[in-house]
Amino acid sequence: MDIQWTDDVDAAMQRAKQSKKPLLLDFTAAPM
Amino acid sequence: MYPEPRVTAFVSSNFEPVRLHVKTHPEAMARFGANWTPTVMIVDADGKEFHRIEGFLPADDFLAQLKLGYAQYAFKTGDFANAEQRFRSVVDDFPKSDVAAEALYWAGVSKYKGSGDPAPLQATAEAFKSRYADTPWAKKASIWAA
Repeated sequence: MDIQWTDDVDAAMQRAKQSKKPLLLDFTAAPM
Repeated sequence: MYPEPRVTAFVSSNFEPVRLHVKTHPEAMARFGANWTPTVMIVDADGKEFHRIEGFLPADDFLAQLKLGYAQYAFKTGDFANAEQRFRSVVDDFPKSDVAAEALYWAGVSKYKGSGDPAPLQATAEAFKSRYADTPWAKKASIWAA
């Protein structure tokens, strides 16, 4: 199962209000 | 870290995952005060920070840190029953990790906060006599000893 990453922080915050889950923010310099 | 199936499963099940590259999202780095990579943060839907991991960690250590942060999220949002369970799972699943002693300390605090009964604090102080005795967390718990 791959992680379904997004780079839209505000959209993820909106989803978090519904899902009641915290956000995991991963700041990286690795190739994406 | 993320190719590890245990990490992937834990992240997918428990978080809204956001990945931001330092070159394409410098504004997000500034917004959340991230000054180094890799930096992993657990925040709530309003952006309030609950846990931060700076620098690379091998998978086991990273997962232990993630689970500690997930427990702290429960604790700091007042969900003490889940917090205790999550802190204890860090101790049980990663007993030799750098964060095991911290998790043992907060498991005791969570049980106390959830019940109002000070007995879990004394029990935690006793537990530190046989485990993690040389850690700062054992010193902090020593005040609870009977």
